[in-house]
Amino acid sequence: MAKVRVLVGTRKGAFLITSDGQRRDWKIDGPFFAGWEVMHVNGSPADPDRLYASQWTDWHGQVIQRSDDGGVTWNPVGNEFPYEGVAGTHQWYDGTPHAWEFKRVWHVEPSREDPEKVYAGVEDAALFLSTDGGNTWGELAGLRTHTTGQTWAPGAGGLCLHTIIIDPSDPRRMYVAISAAGAFRTEDGGETWAVATKGLQSNFLPDPEASVGHCVHRLAIHPSRPNTVFMQKHWDVCRSDDAGDNWREISGNLPSDFGFPIVVHAHEPETIYVVPIKSDAEHYPPEGKLRVYRSRIGGNEWEPLTKGLPQSDCYVNVLRDAMTVDSLDSCGVYFGTTGGQVYASADSGESWQAIAEHLPAVLSVEVQTIE
Amino acid sequence: MTTVRVALPVHLRTLARVEGELPISVEDRPTIADVLDALEDRYPVLRGTIREHGTSRRRAYIRYFACGQDISHEPPDTRLPDPVAMGSDVFQVIGAISGG
Repeated sequence: MAKVRVLVGTRKGAFLITSDGQRRDWKIDGPFFAGWEVMHVNGSPADPDRLYASQWTDWHGQVIQRSDDGGVTWNPVGNEFPYEGVAGTHQWYDGTPHAWEFKRVWHVEPSREDPEKVYAGVEDAALFLSTDGGNTWGELAGLRTHTTGQTWAPGAGGLCLHTIIIDPSDPRRMYVAISAAGAFRTEDGGETWAVATKGLQSNFLPDPEASVGHCVHRLAIHPSRPNTVFMQKHWDVCRSDDAGDNWREISGNLPSDFGFPIVVHAHEPETIYVVPIKSDAEHYPPEGKLRVYRSRIGGNEWEPLTKGLPQSDCYVNVLRDAMTVDSLDSCGVYFGTTGGQVYASADSGESWQAIAEHLPAVLSVEVQTIE
Repeated sequence: MTTVRVALPVHLRTLARVEGELPISVEDRPTIADVLDALEDRYPVLRGTIREHGTSRRRAYIRYFACGQDISHEPPDTRLPDPVAMGSDVFQVIGAISGG
């Protein structure tokens, strides 16, 4: 019988929340790595028992943990992320050159085919690859040394590579997103990269034609349409139908087009979900109502999904890596909040259930559908 | 050879799967770096968590205490005080006070 395993990273540890395919009754295990910030936990599509977790603290820096038994036991693997060659500089907040410094891993993305192969997106922004199950890491330096790299500047959250999408039809093609540099695409497994931001508008950039400097919060694709890419930007929800070469806004009737995550329904490539946030200055839902918005036509026309979600006095945020979907026939949608709640919908967002209510602030949510 | 008693903060004891003080064998008259090198050799999982990879600089939120003194800002080749070097006092690795 199918089951789902929700992988939750929080500000004080990781939690695994499991249920059968009905997704009514849930069991919470954890905290794992108690007291550490767990930026992300993700499972290998090729081997669901293989999990990777990024744990971090200001005190002790980065640790990567690996589980080979579905999260029952964990072992630390390699935590050294050396930039290739002379690291060079990017732009600092005050406009001066600032040396590239590794701080932490925001996102781990296992290969779809090989459980030993896993990518890591890090701060200061760079992409790393391990082909030995996380024991050693090497930089795919073509991204950081892109001609625009010296002009990248951090947002308030740091210069972080937070999104890695591997094209399921061609694993040599990947998309990444960096705050506040933008979106990039590779066609050759990460050796060379193209900026993928044409058509984006960011009011805080003085040059309306700027190719970098866009604060991309999240990208998402549907596996059946890898040329269509959805984006939640600092402001604006956007889509591209030519693999990121050109973008157009699809915010439509959203109450706010600021937000962090965006996900695509598992079986409907034009059904997408966002969680509108009031503004860049006020990171909580408009009117204190926690509403997921769904478009079933690929954007512009959105409907609020509220059943089971708090509709008054709610002032939590939903971070960029904290929303996901499962692949059961009735698509499940999941998200976690900075208030420590994890919500699940077993019916494509029509109704929601709190499957955890009192966790530390949630940083990331992934789900594994295990047949 | 001598044995230095090393006390780690709780997160590192958990990571290294140890309890209490750690007896670390080093050459006589050890320096700060000697003890940390030996500690990391015995517990490789601690590499990068006290000192940064590559530069071996002390991480910003870590302090070293010995004989009631903060010796964090001493050069790494500073010899430890005799009571610590001879095992009658403890070399303490401390995490900064932090909220949140």
